[in-house]
Amino acid sequence: MMDVSQSALHPGGPKAAAILQLGRFLWITATVVYVIVMGALFYALRSGTTRPATFADTDADEPERERVRTRWVFAAIAATAFILLLFIFVDVSTARTMSRVGGEKPLRVDVVGHQWWWGVKYPDTANPQNIIETANEIHVPVGRAVFIKMTSGDVIHSFWAPNLDGKKDLIPGHETRTWFRADSAGVYRGQCAEFCGHEHAKMAFYIVAEPRAQFEQWLQSQKSEAAQPTDSLAQGGERVFLSGTCAMCHSIAGTGAASNVGPDLTHLASRRTIGAGTLPNNPGNLVAWILDPQSIKPGVKMPPNKLDPQSMRALVAYLGTLK
Amino acid sequence: MREEDEIREKLETSWDEGSGLWAWLTSTNHKSISKRYIVTAIVFFILGGIEAGMIRAQLARPENRLIGPDLYNQIFTMHGSTMMFLFAVPVMEAVGLYLVPLMIGTRNVAFPRLNALGYWMYLFGGVLLYIAFFYNTGPDAGWFAYVPLSGPEYSPGKRVDIWAQMITFTEIAALIGAVEIITTVFKQRAPGMSLNRIPLFVWAMLIMSFMIVFALPAIVVSSSMLAMDRLIDTHFFNPAEGGDALLWQHLFWFFGHPEVYIIVIPALGMLSSMIETFTRRRIFGYPAMVLSLISTAFLGFGLWVHHMFATPLPELGQSLFTAASAAIALPTGVQIFCWIATIWSGRPRYTTSFMFVIGFFVLFIIGGLSGVMIASIPYDLQAHDTFFVVAHFHYVLIGGAVFPLFGAFYYWFPKMTGRMLSERAGKWNFWLFFVGMNVTFFPMHILGLFGMPRRVYTYLPEMGWGNLNMLSSIGAVIIVASVCVFLGNVWVSLRRGIPAGDNPWDGSTLEWATSSPPPAYNHLFIPVVEGRDPLWDMREGELAVVTGLRTDRHEGLLTSIMDAEPEHRFEFKGPTILPLLLAVFGGGSIVIAIFTPWGVTVGSILSLVILVCWFWPTISPDYDTPRKR
Amino acid sequence: MSPRPHAPAWSVELALLLAVSSLTACKREERDFRANPPSATAGNPVTMSSLQPGPTIVQTALLNPYEDNAYAVSEGKTLFGQMNCSGCHSHGGGGIGPPLTDDEWIYGSDPQNIFATIVEGRPNGMPAFRGKIPTYQVWELVAYVRALGGLQGKAIRTTRDDHMMLKESEQARSKGHPSPTFVPPAAVKQ
Repeated sequence: MMDVSQSALHPGGPKAAAILQLGRFLWITATVVYVIVMGALFYALRSGTTRPATFADTDADEPERERVRTRWVFAAIAATAFILLLFIFVDVSTARTMSRVGGEKPLRVDVVGHQWWWGVKYPDTANPQNIIETANEIHVPVGRAVFIKMTSGDVIHSFWAPNLDGKKDLIPGHETRTWFRADSAGVYRGQCAEFCGHEHAKMAFYIVAEPRAQFEQWLQSQKSEAAQPTDSLAQGGERVFLSGTCAMCHSIAGTGAASNVGPDLTHLASRRTIGAGTLPNNPGNLVAWILDPQSIKPGVKMPPNKLDPQSMRALVAYLGTLK
Repeated sequence: MREEDEIREKLETSWDEGSGLWAWLTSTNHKSISKRYIVTAIVFFILGGIEAGMIRAQLARPENRLIGPDLYNQIFTMHGSTMMFLFAVPVMEAVGLYLVPLMIGTRNVAFPRLNALGYWMYLFGGVLLYIAFFYNTGPDAGWFAYVPLSGPEYSPGKRVDIWAQMITFTEIAALIGAVEIITTVFKQRAPGMSLNRIPLFVWAMLIMSFMIVFALPAIVVSSSMLAMDRLIDTHFFNPAEGGDALLWQHLFWFFGHPEVYIIVIPALGMLSSMIETFTRRRIFGYPAMVLSLISTAFLGFGLWVHHMFATPLPELGQSLFTAASAAIALPTGVQIFCWIATIWSGRPRYTTSFMFVIGFFVLFIIGGLSGVMIASIPYDLQAHDTFFVVAHFHYVLIGGAVFPLFGAFYYWFPKMTGRMLSERAGKWNFWLFFVGMNVTFFPMHILGLFGMPRRVYTYLPEMGWGNLNMLSSIGAVIIVASVCVFLGNVWVSLRRGIPAGDNPWDGSTLEWATSSPPPAYNHLFIPVVEGRDPLWDMREGELAVVTGLRTDRHEGLLTSIMDAEPEHRFEFKGPTILPLLLAVFGGGSIVIAIFTPWGVTVGSILSLVILVCWFWPTISPDYDTPRKR
Repeated sequence: MSPRPHAPAWSVELALLLAVSSLTACKREERDFRANPPSATAGNPVTMSSLQPGPTIVQTALLNPYEDNAYAVSEGKTLFGQMNCSGCHSHGGGGIGPPLTDDEWIYGSDPQNIFATIVEGRPNGMPAFRGKIPTYQVWELVAYVRALGGLQGKAIRTTRDDHMMLKESEQARSKGHPSPTFVPPAAVKQ
């Protein structure tokens, strides 16, 4: 349905690339070590099997061969120790590479984990009222570091977009930080990596890395309040939204809906997915989701809404205007 | 020989526990209790396996609707909890409690009644968990039960309380087993079996027991804190009131990581026994093996943070745990090299047991190498909580513990039952398990790197994880077939197996010196040991023995810790119903405490009454030297 | 390792009994995500007066499908915070609105009374949530409000939450004894 990339093997930024390089070193070393040890084991088995059946049960014989064996065992232990030291060296130097941010001042994004969606904020220190709120989709400029400050609104979650970086936990009562940089434009999928209850499996998010100009444009459009609907159908939809159950949980800037229980919907139509990365965002899926989210994502906090077809048509038309 | 027969007859009479239900409930003989322990653990292994099968069935296809998230979370929690708490640790302790007294030449474990209590506690804990599961009250917060998800706000109902109390049961049982083994090994070894002559299996059990004694208190504390947070509103893990959610992770993994070594170290001991017998060679580098086990045990306590690399802990501190995690590969490597050297010098016999030993090498080393990988912080940040880790620890635990355990079954089954398991079926058992294991778990490494997190009940079709998951599920079917072959083999062999004789494999340790199955009193005479492999050392002659112990009561010999010099004689306690009663009242108070604190009060009083009976001073009328008090 | 010499013969029966009884499951532990209680579509389930015009209609009491369900109580507690019930009832202690933890229930303590209070609203400030909260969530709130008043079993009630504790938890409260008298609001005023 859409291009999905969620893999540690296809890095889109320097941190994931450094880890992949470390991974290659580890996989190759491990394979070599494994082949050698298996070779030794099967050599040992073979040389034993060729011994005569009258083989004595005592090992008082052959002190010379015993010495050879001792030497080999010591050599193997020394080799193991050497490989482990090499491993620690490579590991620490990779960690050092990954901790170097460099470049211009990083973009700051705040992420709050909820059961089972991601709240995303772009704070503006100069104009605090210009804060952008969105959910489950993080737009970042290509080539600029992104500094992420995370906390959780309920249980422990873990922020993980394998194409860009390893994971970092979101823990209530703690503030965790991480950073990443996307070096090539693209859409990267991420997913909660710490078991967090019923819908842990469907708590995904997207990182959209786009060229600088496009990102600035997105940022500007997100700062605006929701546009007043012009056609009558969408106006009716706004009434459905504000008068019914929707506004009890969701907010849309510029309308009376200001609850922060569920994801902010001010620019819903500009997002790629609904239900935290569960379904592509299109009118058909919106109808299915609003009618019965529990069949798509059992346990999700959003209740089923039995709207009559007319209201549903209007509501979806209205949501479609929230670009 | 007439004299010997007379002694045998007397021992038979004094150690006989009778038959019937009452005798079954009151038995304090380490062999009958251990056999129950092993059978019960295998039942839980099968139940845990059924849960694993359900997990694989659900994950075989994307967006599968077989099992919903609520049940799935219960199932994977049950699978983990069952395999760790109700199968792996108990079965290792059970094999130890069966074999250690035989191997060191004593008649029973140190505290026979306590031993019985341990089994009952374990049984009740497991039964509690499964009854709760049947009533939709199975724990659903993972076997690691991270707060706040497992805490009062996010896990309503009694599911997690059941889990916490099941932990209480099993930790009591595990600690009892550990105390039994430590005391028995230190004080009841046959004369002459100085510390440097203990079989490596016994060393492994001893070291494992010490690990239990040091690791279990951490989970005692944390599960009690969790239960109190949930039941009486304490705030140990509530950040808003000065608690901390990370505290749980530290305490849990301070137990949880050593737990892995608690499971694997006894298996390493089993391997030493089997390798020695099936290559007809003494283990190469005995002192190095013992020291490796001890250093593994020490280092095992310094690794817990490598489960927490994604948490906000200082990075320098985390690096220390990388180093420790890498360092533990060294003693493991030493043991593997020593075993290979042993095999090199010997002439292997490819019995089913030995096939499982080879399987151990092939699988465990994969798990060990991927373990070193995830000791690296950057690499772990990608692999942590993905299927890569699932693959890693199944290679470690199945390769490192279950394969040796299956080998041990084929090895010691003749001793325990007097009949051989079928070697033909055994080879099927091995090859199916070996192939199934690799087909199931190797693809998981790749799935993890493709970004599939753990503990998900489903995944979207467009993620492209479907084929590998299907392959993995097919592998699970092969494992099921293998376990069925094993159970069938046991079933048939118990009835029609070839009689084993005392020492079918030509083993070197003392358990092979007595009949199969061993009599209630183990050895007719307590043997005297003059070397590391008593049965190989004496070859032509006969085992030197201790005579003169009383036969009309359960008399044993206490020896010194270091050199096993005889110190004095003592009496083992005989059969009694008290352990069962204590387990019923003590266990009842644990269960009722979930619903009302009064459970603790009433249960404590009843338990106290039992304990008064338990410790009531008794002096047998025929006491050797009546002492004046 | 021989089979148990005296494996209890009743083990099969016990297993069967367990299997059968598990069909009844445990209501306390159910997690019903797609609730559609039959009573959800009923209109105003409570009447303020026993007088009726026309032929007598027998009022059947509506039962809360979530009574005795720990998950629903817990969800109700979350909703209690999210729907800003605490804004007036202050975690059940009362402030602008009446306390919910005492034994006095102005509009009745039965599930259908509380349901009506939430859906219809009440004079002097209690807003009507009709159409604002789906019916099954109202029932979850009802289950929680009754837990606040000690009217749910201890094993059902919620316990401490992961926030500042401004009051004792629901489970620590003693059993409620709701005063049975129905006091119309007007009577209180004058």
